[in-house]
Amino acid sequence: MAEKILMKGNEAIAHAAIRCGCDGYFGYPITPQSEVMETLMEEKPWETTGMVVLQAESETSSINMLYGGASCAKKVMTSSSSPGLSLMCEGLSYLAGAELPCLVVNVVRGGPGLGTIQPGQGDYFQACKGGGHGDYKMVVLAPSSAQEMYDFVDLAFELAFKYKTPAMILADGVVGQMMEKVEFRPMKPRWTNEEIIEKYPWATTGKTPDRKQNVITSLALDAAIHEKLNNTLQTKYKQMEAEDVRFESIKCDDAEHIIVAYGCMARICESTVEMARNAGIKLGLLRPITLFPFPSKEIDRLVPQLKTMMSVELSAGQMLEDVKLAVNGRIPVNFFGRLGGIVPSPEEVYEAFKKEIGK
Amino acid sequence: MDVKDIIKPENRVYAKTPVLTSTTMHYCPGCSHGTVHKLIAEVIEEMGIQDKTIGVSPVGCAVFAYNYLDIDWQQAAHGRAPAVATATKRLHPEKYVFTYQGDGDLASIGTAEIMHACNRGENIVVIFINNAIYGMTGGQMAPTTLIGMKTATSPYGRTVELHGNPLRITELLAQLDGTCYVTRQSVNTAVAARKTKKAIRKAFENSALKKGTSFVEVVSTCNSGWKLSPVKANEWMVENMFVKYPIGDIKDR
Repeated sequence: MAEKILMKGNEAIAHAAIRCGCDGYFGYPITPQSEVMETLMEEKPWETTGMVVLQAESETSSINMLYGGASCAKKVMTSSSSPGLSLMCEGLSYLAGAELPCLVVNVVRGGPGLGTIQPGQGDYFQACKGGGHGDYKMVVLAPSSAQEMYDFVDLAFELAFKYKTPAMILADGVVGQMMEKVEFRPMKPRWTNEEIIEKYPWATTGKTPDRKQNVITSLALDAAIHEKLNNTLQTKYKQMEAEDVRFESIKCDDAEHIIVAYGCMARICESTVEMARNAGIKLGLLRPITLFPFPSKEIDRLVPQLKTMMSVELSAGQMLEDVKLAVNGRIPVNFFGRLGGIVPSPEEVYEAFKKEIGK
Repeated sequence: MDVKDIIKPENRVYAKTPVLTSTTMHYCPGCSHGTVHKLIAEVIEEMGIQDKTIGVSPVGCAVFAYNYLDIDWQQAAHGRAPAVATATKRLHPEKYVFTYQGDGDLASIGTAEIMHACNRGENIVVIFINNAIYGMTGGQMAPTTLIGMKTATSPYGRTVELHGNPLRITELLAQLDGTCYVTRQSVNTAVAARKTKKAIRKAFENSALKKGTSFVEVVSTCNSGWKLSPVKANEWMVENMFVKYPIGDIKDR
């Protein structure tokens, strides 16, 4: 068994990037995720794997650096926190429109505005419903442990290249800052330029005489061509919903009530489920791992056995809308959330749950 | 004598470089873009670097530059080309990477990106087309629009009080430690075009020598935006633009 090392979720992201063959990291400091770039700069991967690490002048620049790197089919990533992600939304729209793979990590803090540096989950809409302009989606992965922070880096790149799309790790300040044991996976080498040319013939690697020029763009002034491009994107999103929904079910098999929670709130709600079970209440936990594509079908499947569902979030109720859409009015969907960076205890969630079900 | 008797290989005095495609350009007659495109294409051919060159096109009239230069292209968001080029060059240090940007793209919305790419001394080439107007969107005021110049958004002429001052960004960038070669050229005469081509060649050679950022401004005409004939636009440029934006090398190290 591989060695387990105690580290922050943010540090796990950095180590995972180096070890999964990431080619470039471009970022701008912001709390609570600065350890990602700090760890990379300390590790100096350019001397080992050849990975490029660069501190950009802004989040606007870092996301556009990803556009350049992704245009070359390099595995490129950035990390930031909520206000930084708002600045990146322009770039994300271009990346999605130009069908470019990349990884963006958002260690969410409380908003809106400068908000707080305490944890939040208020960027769910921004992450899952587009954020930037136009009809686009991203693969959104929600880790709830330091190990998942590590593992989802490789997974996000895999999905990003499978669908030629930006992928996001939507973490939160708790998952980014908390220290847990992390097991390192075997090293994956970076792709060589020859491998990239072979695997991704669309990449801008320099026009050789044996092929036509490669152009990376999201522009199509001809309406018919532009609609076709949009339909291509929509087809991809449908394929993601069919093939790449990920979730974890805890005590859902016999459940009469289910809490839906992701990230740090899923960890907290695990204890709430224990409390309810000890009191003889059949409560389960559904933890969406992919927030897009959302596990709507699993919720749909569970509804007939349930009396209520409850979405628990560090927001005013964002994922709640997707839960309600999946439930489609068949049973009550309750909500419990805290704002301002306050993270509720399992007991607080349990009390809120009991109140909603009238116990 | 028939025309076919004249068109023979041995009589040929000029040929279009194959790096320039045969696509009909969308640029207005009299616009400088076409000439600058040709010069870049010729430099790429003469240096034999077609397979090693990656261009980053802007938002603006030159957004379609990829239709005319037969190389790999990345079309960047408005003003962001220097950031896009930064990553491309760092991930492909053996390639020649250049941005092609207009004055709105480079000197207004993209000032942060160009300033920091130049200051880091990225080994890229920047071609900056300064025609003092937003051509693509229909002739609005640009950061480089001259005082008194009438545009769609300065219909009574640009004033310092209302619009602020024209920006000489090239002089600004020459101050930065990361730039190795900063020059201002034009393509209004054959002689000027030859000098510009020389400047572009030097800029590309610099990037292979890892000397830092090379920046070539081309003071250009937008006769449609300026509402002048091509000939009159050239005259107006010499009389007015060259006063605010004097031609010549600003930095060469």
